[in-house]
Order: sequence, then structure tokens, then C-alpha cells
Amino acid sequence: MSGIKILIEKCTGCKLCLKACPFGAMKMEDKKAVILENCTLCGACVSSCKFDAIELKEDKSEAGQDLSAFRGVWVFAEQKYGNSASVSFELLGEGRKLADVLNTELCAVLIGSSLEQAVKELVRYGADKVYKIDNESLEDYNDESYTDIFVQLVNKYKPEIVLMGATTYGRSLAPRVASRLNTGLTADCTGLKIDPEEKILLQTRPAFGGNLMATIICPDHRPQMSTVRPKVMKALEPDDSRTAEIVAPGVSIPADLSVKVKNVVSNLCEMVSLTEADVIVSGGRGIGDPKNFALIEELAKVLNGAVGASRATVDAGWIEYSHQVGQTGKTVGPKVYIACGISGAIQHLAGMSSSDTIIAINKNAEAPIFKVATYGIVGDVLEVLPKLIKEFKQKLA
Amino acid sequence: MNIVVCVKQVPGTTEVKINKETNTIIREGVEAIINPFDTYAVEEGLRVKGQTSGRVTVISMGIPSVAGLLKETISLGVDEAVLLSDRAFAGSDSLATSYALSMGIKKLGEYDLIICGKQATDGDTAQVGPGLAEKLGIPHTTYVRKIEEIRLGYIRCQRMTEDGYEVIEMPLPAVITVVKEINEPRLPSLKGMMRAKKAQVAIWTADDIKADKNLCGLNGSPTKVIKTFVPEHNIVSEMIEGTPDEQSKKLADKLLSMQFMKCN
Repeated sequence: MSGIKILIEKCTGCKLCLKACPFGAMKMEDKKAVILENCTLCGACVSSCKFDAIELKEDKSEAGQDLSAFRGVWVFAEQKYGNSASVSFELLGEGRKLADVLNTELCAVLIGSSLEQAVKELVRYGADKVYKIDNESLEDYNDESYTDIFVQLVNKYKPEIVLMGATTYGRSLAPRVASRLNTGLTADCTGLKIDPEEKILLQTRPAFGGNLMATIICPDHRPQMSTVRPKVMKALEPDDSRTAEIVAPGVSIPADLSVKVKNVVSNLCEMVSLTEADVIVSGGRGIGDPKNFALIEELAKVLNGAVGASRATVDAGWIEYSHQVGQTGKTVGPKVYIACGISGAIQHLAGMSSSDTIIAINKNAEAPIFKVATYGIVGDVLEVLPKLIKEFKQKLA
Repeated sequence: MNIVVCVKQVPGTTEVKINKETNTIIREGVEAIINPFDTYAVEEGLRVKGQTSGRVTVISMGIPSVAGLLKETISLGVDEAVLLSDRAFAGSDSLATSYALSMGIKKLGEYDLIICGKQATDGDTAQVGPGLAEKLGIPHTTYVRKIEEIRLGYIRCQRMTEDGYEVIEMPLPAVITVVKEINEPRLPSLKGMMRAKKAQVAIWTADDIKADKNLCGLNGSPTKVIKTFVPEHNIVSEMIEGTPDEQSKKLADKLLSMQFMKCN
């Protein structure tokens, strides 16, 4: 059985491993390190030990997979009614780099109905090959049929890497596919790189609300799968001169699905969705009254952005849950995040601290939000906001 | 109707802070709590039980002390709590966790609806719900914000999407993962607390659930963590001073000088 142990004769009691353990699963006893039962075998202590006094053993069950048979980088090209999600292009941008390092091809997998336009876009954004499964029955995303088709394709063409957007659909499809294929999946990666020696994918993702980063590998199983949040990777500049091979693979399209999508409802009043927006204007308790969300909405509208909210305002019933940003709401990473009257509880920061530029407007100069802010204004948000709206209206006119 | 709710123990999130000098997680006063999203899953289980009659069983995988947390759910009205605990489970990634939970649920016997929180606040992967459904060979729907109708063999629910929601029908048994919007969890009753005090949490090992140890824990986890590090936040904050008029003007100028703002 796998296990971890301290080699007592080598342990000097230096306590480096105690500091390295992200789970508090080590203690000192008689000046030697001891591993507690809440150890998750993550191995952080092993690499911290300067005396090789910690041993992590794993039963190597010989993987039956011939890893070299798996070639190519795949991107799941998410779309809705033929309109590609922008994360698909971002993944192609990142996938391009990985494929170039591996000297292999970059493929987009497009499942849906009436996909002509979407195919063209994927080519413009850098795909070498597009696998297109175009069928009327696939118009709406369906976990059952999409999983079935995706798994057929993986088994047929054997990609080494599969990237999906960490969207509602991607976060449902990816784990279902990975579970059926019995392979590894790393969620919400913010960094992807190829290990130059091993040629495997190094996947870096935040844990503990962004306070700790972890690099994860999937050494013995293929494909190596990752989801990536929208707005994290950069798309290539679209180029009409790019060409690609378009393949319509023979797959069996499942009929008689047990899961049925009965109705798809879009909130048309929403100007831009939170996860796709370049600019987000968010309101917190500091705006004082639910009716002041009108100011937040106005600024968002002027900047062609989306409206966010702190948990406190959602819990108080000032605004709908779909606007909530933070650990129990949505995770966002826009170019500009304007926090109005938000103090910046750690759970809120977890949902927005990866934004490129953060602007904080708050009465309290000590508010934690200022610690992550690029620009801060200490002042009354109700006084500043109308003036800010006026400034932008004038200057953008 | 037999309802199973999966819960996970996580660190009380507000306390997860990093000591900047030593680059370590500050552990003092970190209490273990039930993953906040799972409290909505427990509540929804209890509500479905109320409508259809039946039983609610809570299942978790973790270290032995998790049993104490599971008792809390009994005080809310959960009928039975089971903890999968074995060193063989240590080091599980989401695939190995899905497998172990599926074996535990199979041992429970007949089940109709399995409810999970949409994700756990420590790992944030949201992978175990769909992974578990696959291991059990039953359908799933994620991000459920409302159960519209549920009866034996049938569920119709609303899944939250980026720009609205979808109405999805599935046969039961099935797995749903729920978002916070779905309900407001109840508080324990005095009677419930008395019952919880006397309740026993069953603890099952890998052998008890007939789990293949090659598919559990570190052995059954395709993913490995090779490095952890504290991210560097090189944020240079600039405070914008002046009267509100001046502040607004300066800020607007700064933002408008950014390239992408010009093309809006």
C-alpha cells in the first residue's frame, strides 16, 4: 500500500517540513517529525526536506496504456447556437503553444448543430484540424450525448492533452469524460506548460481561495485533461489566411437520451455576462441601499461592463444571486474590476483577485480590498460614483 | 424515496491565511466545517424527503474525526450518516474520491437521488459530482438552482448557466449538484440535537465497501501534486487623492489610457 514515512535516523528535527505542509498534518515528537492522520500524501514535505528524511512510496500498478500512442492537443470548442464561447479561442491560443513545443497538431472538437460559421472561426483562431460533429439533435448542450460523443472521439483519435473551458458546460463535461476514461483532470488551471524533459503537461492552479498555488501532473494516464477559466489565457489574433483540415468523424450519435433539456432561458436584460465581461462594476454593503445599485448599473452600462455584487448584498436580498462574485458565487477575471463599497472579505477576494486591474472605492482606508487594488479611492462611494459616471460619459462620448 | 447527500469536511474558510514571512498557512484556530455548498445539499435532501417521504443518508470520505461533523447533519433531520475512512483513501484526487463514494453508495443499497454541493471551498474542483454519477452509471445535472418536480423515477430541475438557466428532465436515480440559490438551510432543532448526541456514525473501510485498493487513494489517483507555492502578489497600490471631483477625473483618465478601453 502507498504510504509516507519519516526516516527517523535522517530526521534532524529542523521543522522545515512542518512549515511546508499545507494541511497542518505534521507535528514534532521527541525532536523528530511525525505525520498525522490528516495527511493527504501531497508530497510537499518530501521536497522541503533537505536531509532526504521523508519517503513517499507509491505502489506502481503498471499502467496498461501505451502513452506514446497518444498525440495531439485538443480543445473542446464550446458554442451555443453556433456562437463560439470566447474561451474556446483562448484555449486555442494556449493550445497552440503546447502543440508547438510538442511538435504535434492542435485540434478543435466542435459538437452541435449548424456549425459552418463556428468552424471558420476556429480555423481563424489557429486550429490545425477541426473535428466537427454536426447534427440537429446536438443543438442544445446535453451532458449525456456530448460525453458519449467526446469519449468516442478520444478513443478513436487518442489525444495526449484535452483542454476545456471552466464554464458551466465544461465543468460538467470534463469530469464526466475523465471519469469514464479513468484519466486525470485538473480544474481551473491558470498556467499550462510542457515539462521540457518528460514532455508532460505541468498544470498550475490555485487552491485555498488563491492563497496557495499547486502544480499538478498526470504522468501515467492519457489524455491529460485540464479545465481553464475564461479570461485566463490569451487568444491569437484571428487570421483569415490560416487553413485547417475539417474532419467529420463517423461517430454514433446517441438516440433516446434519458437526459432531456426542456427549455433554455436567457436573461436578455443582462448586458454582458459576468464571466465574459472585460469590465465589472461591483457593489457591496457600502452603497448603503438596494436602490443605489442603479448607480452601479449605470457605470457598468457606460463602460459596456457587467454588474457584480458582494455576498452581503445578495444575502440581504438587494440583488440576485447570479450577480454574486466570490467563493460562493462566481469567479471572475476581467480586465478591470471596480469594487464599490466592498470591504474585501477573503471569500470575495478569492473570486476576483485575478482581475488585471482592480479599483477600490471605499470609505474605510483600512479595508482589505485596498491591499489588492491597483488604484484606490478613499471616499464616499455615493459621492464618487455619480462624478465618475459623468466623467466617463463625457470622455467616451 | 432514498436520498443520499455527499458532504466534505473543509477548513473554515475565513481562517485560511498565509503567514507572509514564513510562507506557510496559518493554522491556529482553523476549525473544520462542513463544506458550505454541502449544507444546501443537505437542506435540499431534507426538503425532498419532506415532500416525498423517505430517508436521507449523508455520506463522506475523510479522517475519523469527520464523524463528529456528520453528527451535526443528524441534528438537522438526517436519518443516517456514514463515513468512509481508511488510510487506503489518503491522497485521493477527484477520480479516486468519485470511485470510493460510488462504492460506499452501492453498499448503502437502493438510492433514488444523490445530491452534492456544486464544489468544495478548499479544492474548488466541482469534479466529484459528475465523476460520481459516471461511476454509478447514472445521469447528472450540475449547478441546480431549483427542483421543479420530483417523484419516483423522475426529476425536473433548473440548471444555472452563465446567462440564465435551463430546465432539465432526468430519470431517477440521478445525481444533482446544487448552488446556494436553491434554498436556505435550516438550523438544528433541540430534539435533533438530542438525537444527534445519541446517534452513531457508521465508519466503513475500503474492505467494507469492497473497494479495489488500486483504484483508491494515491494509487487510484491519476493526478499528482508535484509542487505547492505561495503566489507572489506584486501589487503596487496607488491611492488617488483629492476632492471627489478630482479623484473621479484622475481615475477616469487612468482607465481610459488603457488600450482596450479605447475601442469600447
